[in-house]
Amino acid sequence: MILTYLELRDGKIKKASLEALSEGKRKAAELNKQLAAVILGVGKGGLAPEIFAYGASQVYFLENPAFKQYSTQDYAFGLAELAKKINPEIIFFAATALGRDLAPRLAAKLGVSLASDCTKVLVRQGRVEFTRPIFAGKALLSFTLKASPKIATLRPNVFPLAEATAVQGDVIRESVSLPEGLPRGRVAEILEERGGELDVSEADVIISGGRGMKAPENFELLRQLSGLIPHSAVGASRSAVDSGWIGHQHQVGQTGKTVSPNLYLAFGISGAIQHLAGMSSSKVIVAVNKDPDAPIFKVADFGVVGDLFQVIPPLKEELKKVLA
Amino acid sequence: MNILVFVKRVPDTESKIRINPETNAVVEEGLNFVLSPYDEYAMEEALRIREAKGGKVTAVTVGREESLVILRKCLAMGADEAVLIKDYLPEAYDGLRTARVIARFVQKRNPDYGLLLFGKQSVGADNGQVPSMVAEFLGLPQANVVVKLEVEEAAGAAYREIEGAQEKVDFPLPAVISAQKGLNEPRYETLKGIMMAKKKEIPTISIEELGLNPEELAPQIEITGMEMPPARQAGRVVTGPPEETAKQLAGFLHNEAKMI
Repeated sequence: MILTYLELRDGKIKKASLEALSEGKRKAAELNKQLAAVILGVGKGGLAPEIFAYGASQVYFLENPAFKQYSTQDYAFGLAELAKKINPEIIFFAATALGRDLAPRLAAKLGVSLASDCTKVLVRQGRVEFTRPIFAGKALLSFTLKASPKIATLRPNVFPLAEATAVQGDVIRESVSLPEGLPRGRVAEILEERGGELDVSEADVIISGGRGMKAPENFELLRQLSGLIPHSAVGASRSAVDSGWIGHQHQVGQTGKTVSPNLYLAFGISGAIQHLAGMSSSKVIVAVNKDPDAPIFKVADFGVVGDLFQVIPPLKEELKKVLA
Repeated sequence: MNILVFVKRVPDTESKIRINPETNAVVEEGLNFVLSPYDEYAMEEALRIREAKGGKVTAVTVGREESLVILRKCLAMGADEAVLIKDYLPEAYDGLRTARVIARFVQKRNPDYGLLLFGKQSVGADNGQVPSMVAEFLGLPQANVVVKLEVEEAAGAAYREIEGAQEKVDFPLPAVISAQKGLNEPRYETLKGIMMAKKKEIPTISIEELGLNPEELAPQIEITGMEMPPARQAGRVVTGPPEETAKQLAGFLHNEAKMI
């Protein structure tokens, strides 16, 4: 069996989790296994039809009032109990903030190694091979995991969503009793920044600015573009972040986030090696830069040599036209 | 409060990575190795907590003899002590193995601590597994990717980065914390610090001395390949009046790339 952990935010299944479920469906077909999904919470049964639509034949709802607030230890405990009971060969997580926090704890609890932030999962002669970027994407490492279950986190925006079909499956509801008296951490509060804006790791389109943005207030130009383009987020190069123009959570590249959006728009970014490593797996790259020799043009599918402050205003008008 | 900071020696982020296809390993020759950038934030945070509350800061690494250089840097930044846990394997990309070594070291050699600090991931292996795994092996609470940390006598609060927001995690001490960029601004070593660090003796423990059995030390990851990412082809580049190029760009996005 392949088990996929589904993460909820504001009561909905995260897109990255549906991507992981979709990859689970593909691997289950290749390996001739069943696909199951698991959700931790209380009263989440209404999500079952959506999960079956992505190909799961079983969905486990692990319930405990404590699951309403995320605690790595409690979640890992609940998942480990389930894993011991149903013995999945593979457990997929989305490589989100939560998945990256939870999966290694679960792996250690089960005494197995973990494949982090994978961008490819291949079945070769019945063996499952994982591929993940190392050095923020400067190289790719492929490997197999010797022990079972094989636990992997899958990078968001890389694995395509499966086509949803209306099918039925089994709902298995289990209440989990958690060990008492353990020292545990628990989420007390979530502080949303700028009304919960989309993170660069999850955006379909990233509009990034570099040293060429010149001042923090000029990032407003990129936010305006982002306002026009659905599912987009504002990114930045390290030099823009280190200059204090924008928060480090927007940084793309080594010591920032490694991203794979459908479209990456680079404004005033020269293309230092750390930055290129973090965004070169974007499907389409566009660059606007004054310097015709900027390394970013070597990876861009379309480049404009010009002053971004002169290009953005007419670009905005053109985009409004095509988006209308 | 006693704080252990776990650090790693990695190639700096400017490095161009080359691969030896026969060994499926990164070619180390010509690389400039440094203290992993996220570990600098962990070190700095440890020093700040010690300055506010007293205690001792110990920097620890698992690696070969070459890793002594980064321990000297930690000492020069202000760590009180440093320990090298000597490993015989090159990079195995297996977080579980490293976490077992660290957890055993803490249990055997340093049972009295308030915080275990890490970088959120090493730059290079990019696994981000070891802090959570160590926390599990030691039965401790954890908070990863932390951008703000508040520590009291017996408890703390960590603000960790999640998608588009921050999550405040309350936890009792001792605990495992991993540092993200933004947690603080790491200090530079002082000349005096560098001189003192040079003279300081750094004790070495071999992995065998920790009493782990060979099964626990065998990597569970079998590397099957290492390669460069597919090279991108440079595309079209246009110049001209901004109204023209903006129009061409919008046309490319809409008609050719079909992205907008």
